[in-house]
Amino acid sequence: MAEISIRNLRKEFGAFTAVQGSTFTIADGEFFMLLGPSGCGKTTTLRMIAGLELPTSGEIWIDGEEVGRKPASQRDIAFVFQMFALYPHMNVRRNISYPLVSQGMPRARVREKVDEVARILGLEHLLDRPVGGLSGGDRQRVALGRAIVRNPKCFLMDEPLGALDAEFRERMAEELRALHDRMGATTVYVTHDQLEAMQMGDKIVVMNHGVVEQFGTPQDIYDKPATLFVAEFIGSPPMNFLRFHGHVERGATSVALHRQRFGIPASREPFEGDLVYGVRPEHVRLTDGGEYRGGIVATEYLGTTQIVTLETANGELKARIPADRIARVGESVGLDFNGHTVTLFDAQSGRAIRSELNEGVLSHG
Amino acid sequence: MSAHSITEPSNGQKWLAGVLVAAYAIITILPLLWIIATGFKSSPDAIAYPPKVLFQPTLEGYVNLFTTQTRQSAEFLAENPPTTWYEEIVHDKGMVIAGPSRFGERFMNSVIIGFGATFLSVVLGTLAAYAFSRYRVPLKDDLLFFILSTRMMPPIAVAIPIFLMFRNIGLSDTHAGMILLYTAVNLSLAVWLLKGFIDEIPREYEEAALIDGYTRFQAFVKVVLPQATTGIAATAIFCLIFSWNEYAFAVLLTSGTAQTAPPFIPTIIGVGGQDWPAVAAGATIFLVPVMVFTILLRKHLLRGITFGAVRK
Ligand SMILES: Nc1ncnc2c1ncn2[C@@H]1O[C@H](COP(=O)(O)OP(=O)(O)O)[C@@H](O)[C@H]1O
Ligand SMILES: [Mg+2]
Repeated sequence: MAEISIRNLRKEFGAFTAVQGSTFTIADGEFFMLLGPSGCGKTTTLRMIAGLELPTSGEIWIDGEEVGRKPASQRDIAFVFQMFALYPHMNVRRNISYPLVSQGMPRARVREKVDEVARILGLEHLLDRPVGGLSGGDRQRVALGRAIVRNPKCFLMDEPLGALDAEFRERMAEELRALHDRMGATTVYVTHDQLEAMQMGDKIVVMNHGVVEQFGTPQDIYDKPATLFVAEFIGSPPMNFLRFHGHVERGATSVALHRQRFGIPASREPFEGDLVYGVRPEHVRLTDGGEYRGGIVATEYLGTTQIVTLETANGELKARIPADRIARVGESVGLDFNGHTVTLFDAQSGRAIRSELNEGVLSHG
Repeated sequence: MSAHSITEPSNGQKWLAGVLVAAYAIITILPLLWIIATGFKSSPDAIAYPPKVLFQPTLEGYVNLFTTQTRQSAEFLAENPPTTWYEEIVHDKGMVIAGPSRFGERFMNSVIIGFGATFLSVVLGTLAAYAFSRYRVPLKDDLLFFILSTRMMPPIAVAIPIFLMFRNIGLSDTHAGMILLYTAVNLSLAVWLLKGFIDEIPREYEEAALIDGYTRFQAFVKVVLPQATTGIAATAIFCLIFSWNEYAFAVLLTSGTAQTAPPFIPTIIGVGGQDWPAVAAGATIFLVPVMVFTILLRKHLLRGITFGAVRK
């Protein structure tokens, strides 16, 4: 078990920079999600923590020791690969025992530990099978077995559920989280699936183009996005962006959007220019009256709620409303927003304007 | 889907394919059977025309291959009756065995040089291929092209410089010299073949081993090598076939202690002309090691020869 700390970590491949100076700290025992779209540098970051890739610059601290230049074999971490990377020429038992054999542990003790791990993961009946014929879920369990068998300081997992069928993913996600709660070891988990990150993580770091966009709890990241990218990447459907030109004073609690004033959390900084009014679909209300109107262009029924797509003077907007509200395509409705949940963004840089809601969460500014 | 899809050949097609394969197999194996049969013929039978398909088998050729003989007078022969089956065979022709021939030594030279060169080519080739596959080697593409270019002309084109070089540094007619030479020729093929195979092994396996606490070399030995066996077996067979059959350099550079079987076999002269059964016997025995080696590695080969195309 250990705290992992990344400081100004940077990785260049020739002229291309895959990771541009990341800094974050993963507390001891945390289940930590590294989230971002494909190609944003998640795997590269994880591989640097593991010691499979040398950082161009920056520091990696594991358990109070700077390990940036240490070989992987001496970092005492376990890595679960995207495609599992089980040794194809060994059976399940040998795969799981392999990390113990390298430590020169006596055979009897190895057997004991492998049996114990197999029991935890429900692999007892597969121990003598070659790994070739196993199902995706079982391969995943063997890969996990190989990781947990030697009680490493931390677990690094690169999209461990990516290779599984949808039905299996749900179940393995639960098993993984349960396993983590039981073992309590620091876990860094890479995924491009925001739902997975929100469900499983204690903390999330959102990356884009090699840059850390935000670092925080799932709630903070959802409710208080630090950038337009985060607001758009998290949530399904994502946050609505109403673009307008205007200004906010320090302490202002509303902004003028198309001749109508809408509430915002009290602003903590003045700003003038192109702005984005960011509101989650569940904080959009349909009203019968009201100046600010939208035309319904589509509806999507989801059982208890429905998603209504509207055309407004400031662009397209989606609202999540109760399923029993009758909404017809072509209908014109008034709109209102839960102002205290709104985030304003600087349209140019994409950063969130500081407010009563998000101050203390934003790492920049 | 129709009953005759593209992927599932019909019975007629299977049958036709079977006949074609069988016909091809017979055509290729016929010269081999001829050589083997000739080894068991008597001298007159071996050169009879039309060739004899049915004949009285004899081990005369094999005895002649392994022994040297001298003609003796009838009295001497009468006084020294043969004591073994092979003495009897030569006795009937009015000869006695004077001693073993050189074939055994030459054959052993072939074994030492052929397998030695194969071993060295595969070891060096695997290490080089691994490095080319996994490390950032400066000028990698140029180096690989240079290695390949050594095979763009027939090796014998450089026979004269090699002959002079070998003579100057005392490698002429030595086992070490021939092993080095054949290794040099084989190495480019070995590096290229093996690089292809190692490129196909995902790096994650080695990385998993590194994480599991092994050094790079241990990961190479315990994880990469077992998965490269197919490629190594295929490469070893190609290397062995070349060094085993090589004739031109062997004629040029060896004459005594290190002479291999290929230049030796045609020089087997019998009494009154070429002793064809003995030559055929030599050729038959000469075939055995490559065949045994290939059969032993057969299970790795099917995938190997097709260069990974049939994987999984
Ligand atoms: N060894 C490498 N050489 C060159 N570019 C690389 C290498 N590894 C990764 N990259 C590039 O770095 C970027 C980030 O890759 P990666 O960390 O794998 O992204 P992710 O895991 O977030 O999808 C990608 O654009 C990828 O092409
Ligand atoms: Mg990745």
